[in-house]
Formats: sequence, structure tokens, C-alpha cells
Amino acid sequence: MFKLQRRSPGEALFDYVNVILMLAVCAITIYPIWYVLINSLNEGQDAMRGGIYWLPRKWSLSNYEAVFANSGIMTAMWITVAKTIVGTVLHVFFTAMVAYAFSRRELIGRQIYMTIGTITLFFSGGLIPYYLLIRDMHLLDTFWVYVIPALFSFFDLIIFLAFFRDLPAGLEEAAKIDGADDFKIFYRVIIPISMPVVATIALFHGVYQWNDYFSGVIFINKNTELQPIQTYLYRIVAQASSNQIAAQASGGITKTVTSQSIKLATMVVTTLPIVFVYPFLQKYFVKGFMIGSIKG
Amino acid sequence: MSTEAGYEVPLQKQLTHNKASFTRLLRKLYAQRYLQVMALVGVAWMIVFNYIPMYGIIIAFKNFNIIKPISEAPWAGLTHFKDFLNDDNIGYVIKNTIGMSVLKLIIGFPLPILFAIFLNELRPIRFKKSVQTISYLPHFLSWVILGGILATWLADIGIVNKLLLWLNVIDEPITYLAEPKYFWTIVIASDIWKELGWSAIIYLAAISSISPELYEASTIDGAGRFQKMFYITLPSIQGTIAILFILAVSGVMNSNFDQIFIMSNQLNESASSVVDTYVYKMGLQLGRHSYATAVGLLKSVIALLLLLTANYITKKLNDTSLF
Repeated sequence: MFKLQRRSPGEALFDYVNVILMLAVCAITIYPIWYVLINSLNEGQDAMRGGIYWLPRKWSLSNYEAVFANSGIMTAMWITVAKTIVGTVLHVFFTAMVAYAFSRRELIGRQIYMTIGTITLFFSGGLIPYYLLIRDMHLLDTFWVYVIPALFSFFDLIIFLAFFRDLPAGLEEAAKIDGADDFKIFYRVIIPISMPVVATIALFHGVYQWNDYFSGVIFINKNTELQPIQTYLYRIVAQASSNQIAAQASGGITKTVTSQSIKLATMVVTTLPIVFVYPFLQKYFVKGFMIGSIKG
Repeated sequence: MSTEAGYEVPLQKQLTHNKASFTRLLRKLYAQRYLQVMALVGVAWMIVFNYIPMYGIIIAFKNFNIIKPISEAPWAGLTHFKDFLNDDNIGYVIKNTIGMSVLKLIIGFPLPILFAIFLNELRPIRFKKSVQTISYLPHFLSWVILGGILATWLADIGIVNKLLLWLNVIDEPITYLAEPKYFWTIVIASDIWKELGWSAIIYLAAISSISPELYEASTIDGAGRFQKMFYITLPSIQGTIAILFILAVSGVMNSNFDQIFIMSNQLNESASSVVDTYVYKMGLQLGRHSYATAVGLLKSVIALLLLLTANYITKKLNDTSLF
């Protein structure tokens, strides 16, 4: 169709300007991240002089060596990996299960259950009563504070519902004749055919778990070895405590490492997994986003 | 079920009828027992994690002491609400909350729409896809990472100072995050940087569902690119824009806690303190639980009223509404 239309000079100009505009958006998006990356790959002392804009001046992996040699950072990293995997698997399974039950027309009390859920979208108790609840449940300073309060989300349930509604009804009947109960139908029949929506919610929740730092700030006070990497980074960024790490690191490794270079290297290590994963999941989240926004 | 006929049917008969329908209900419930358990664990979760905190709001009207249960706390009436209204900080807390939200709305709301429309006009498909993928990237970074990037960029030896010194805009380096007057700008700019591409997804989806026939017909009528953008694309997505606008307006009281919490410090407090961070500080750092809950409740109620109002107005104007 494009070839059939003849572009007027004004339209051709518009196309060029538009391409330049879009390239500018991309540059502005990428450059701040690139800046962090090249500075983290430069020798720490040397980077203090500034002036590193396109490529590292003195290539060095010493910052990364210091990061990987630091037990505090590594522990926090493992906590993040564990909470992301455990939290996401359980969240997706639990929310999908409730959503499947809610999606069945014959469910007695369905209207009441939906109303109970809808109210939670518009009103909440707020931070302090929530904190007191977590405290009374003895979840403070435990790993499970990342998982149990994040087990379910009514908003995600709505996205699941929209998907389940469009499933052909015959599936359940066939499985029922074979003697399967509803729970079996859910995990043997429904889950395997719902992979697009499962992937979407898993991505959304996985990113939440990976990036969340606030739970660590308010719910982890004594057992600091339970804090995730984002909370750890928050404390470095907000309280500039990376001097300590640099001091620790300089004992074993080269003296060129600075608190700033350690911070940058930790930021890169924390971000890299997400940067690699999201382009592959793009088709899922775009679709899921649409379902969620149309119905929600 | 039998209410309408209730007056005429003899009591005995009605009872047996009720009994029969009750047995039928039980039988139905038994048949769907697995389904009920699956649904009720979700309901139970919501009661614990959503409704118990709602009950906890009661401490806003009490003098709650952290070492005693809520039920034992003495009533305080509206003392905490009055305290907040008489608080010296209330002025700047509310100004910051609403000010930053309104600026985000004015600047941050139209930009993704423009971005989506212009992106849609991009001809080479592969280039369009690449731009889109790149534009999502910052959404997946945490605010902590962005806080780290900003601290690096805005430091006195950072790239922003270097550039402005080189351009002779400033004479000596500025520590931007330590000065209140730059805080709002930093918050709004970083928010746009992070969410521009992500917010555009939904508009792009709406644009892609516009019927190509409309564009073809307008081409025959001699419409140019700009005319199509303004007379076809924009009006076709106005429903989507309206719904997102309702959500944005009703969120005016909700600051982005994760963002502001990481960028705020003692030096920029007069420009960075918002209701959400104020609640955190009063409740969890200073231990004034009842007072902080009262402030939070006031905020939730205003937010709910805003949502209902915005929804009502859009319904009147546009025939589009959330509920």
C-alpha cells in the first residue's frame, strides 16, 4: 500500500523528521544505561577523573571481581533470585486457581466473591494497618514476608478471568466424564492451555519481585542477610554505605576499586538479567497488557 | 425463591418446599466442593490481607499503643485528624503531593499519546518494532537502579554538571539532589523517561484496531498524513484516552512512593515530602501509628471521591466510563 501512494515533499520531510525524532528517543533511553555500563567497566580510581562518555578509558573487570567476592552482595543476590522464583511460581498458581474457580458460572456465591474482590481495588487499609498485620502474623524478618502477602492479586485475577472466559466450554465436560475433579481439571487441562496468560502474569510478577526494595526496607530489620539486592542497593544509594564495601574489597583485590565503581557494577549485575529476558517475553506482555486494560 | 407465592401457599407446604430447595443447594455445593475450596482460599486471603487492614483503620480514631492489641486502645475521637490539620508540615506535604501529580498529568499524560501516534506513522516495520522494544526498557528497571543512575548523573562531578559548565550555563557545580528547587523537575523528568514507552503500549494497541478502511476512504477524499492523524487516529482512540485520564486524575493523591522515597533526603525534604512518605515517616519511623493512619485514611477517602467524580464527569461528556 505504501508503494502505491506517492509521497508529497511535505510528507517525505515528515517521515525524515519522524525517524530522527524516534532515534533521539532511543538515544535518550539507552545512553544513561550505557553510561553506567562503561563506567563500571573502567578502573575505579581512573573513572573518578570523569570524562568517560563513549567507551571505558582503562578497561578493567576489577569492579565486578569485587562485587562477586563480596559475600553481602552475593547473599542479597541469592535472596532476590529465590524470592523471584518462589514468589512468582506460587503467585501465578494461586491467583490462576482462584481465578479459574471464579470463572465458572455455576459457582455458588460468585457475585459475592467478585464484589469482595472489587472493593479491594478501590479502597485499602493503608500502610500502617498493613504493617501491623504483617507484624501480628510474625512475618517480620522472615523470607516468607516476600511470598505470602504477594500470593494473590485481584487485578491479576481479572486478567486471568478475561482469558478463561474465552476458553471453549467442552474441555471441562470431556475431562469430567473421564472422572477428573475440578482441581485436577484446573492443573491438568486449564493451566497447560493458558500459557500465554500465565507467561504474562509471571513476567509482571517476576519483575515486581525482582525490583521490589520496599518490603526489604520495612519488613526486614534484624535479619539483614534476608534483604534482597534491591534493598541492599537502596541502602548504598540512599546512605552511601558503599565506602565500607570498597574498603573490604581493597583488602583482597586491587586498590583501584572505589565505592562509586562498586555501586555501578552492582547496578549492572542487578539489571542485566531483566534486560536479557524482557525482549523475548514482549509478545506475551503486550497481549496481556491489552486484556488487562480492556477489562480492568 | 418462593417469596412471591409465599402468601398463598400454606405454611406446611412452604416449609417442605424451602427444605427441598435447601437440600438442592447443599447437593449443588457438594458437587462443586473442589471449586468452592479453590474460590474460598482466595476469599480468605483477601479477608486477611485486604479486609483486616481496613478494620485496622479504626486506630485512626484511637490512641493506639504498639505493645497492646487494638481493642484495648482508648478512643481518641477526631484528635488525630485535627492534629494533622494544625500540623505545620501539612502545607508543603499537600502542595508537593498535588503539585507533582498535576505536573505529571499535564506533561506526562499527553506525551505517550503523541509518542504512540508518531511511532505508528513510522514506515519501516522492523525499525518501528525496534524503537518500541527499546522504549520499554526503562520500565523494567527498578527505581533503585534509576536512583543510582540519577545520583551518578547529578553528582557534582557528574555528567550534567560537566555539560552545563562546558556550555557556560552555570559557573560552579550544583548538587541537584540536595536542593529543593530542582526536586520536582527531577521527579517528573525521570518518570517520563521511565514510563513513556510503556504507557504508549495501550494507545498503540488502540490505534492498531482502527479499521484500515477509514484511512483508505480518507485517502480517496484527499486527506494528507496530518489530517489523518488528527481526524482519524486521534478521535478513534479517544475512548482509551478518556479511561486512562479518569485513572490518572483519580490517582492525583497517590504519589509514586518507590520513586520519591529513593530520591528524597533531609536536604530536599521541603520539596520531596508527600502524603505517602509522610505517613511512612510518622508511622514507622517516629512510631505515631494512630496519627499516620488518620493521615492515610484522609488520603484514601479523597482519592476515592476523586475517582467517583472523574468517572461521573467523563460519563456525562463522553459516554465512556470505568464502571
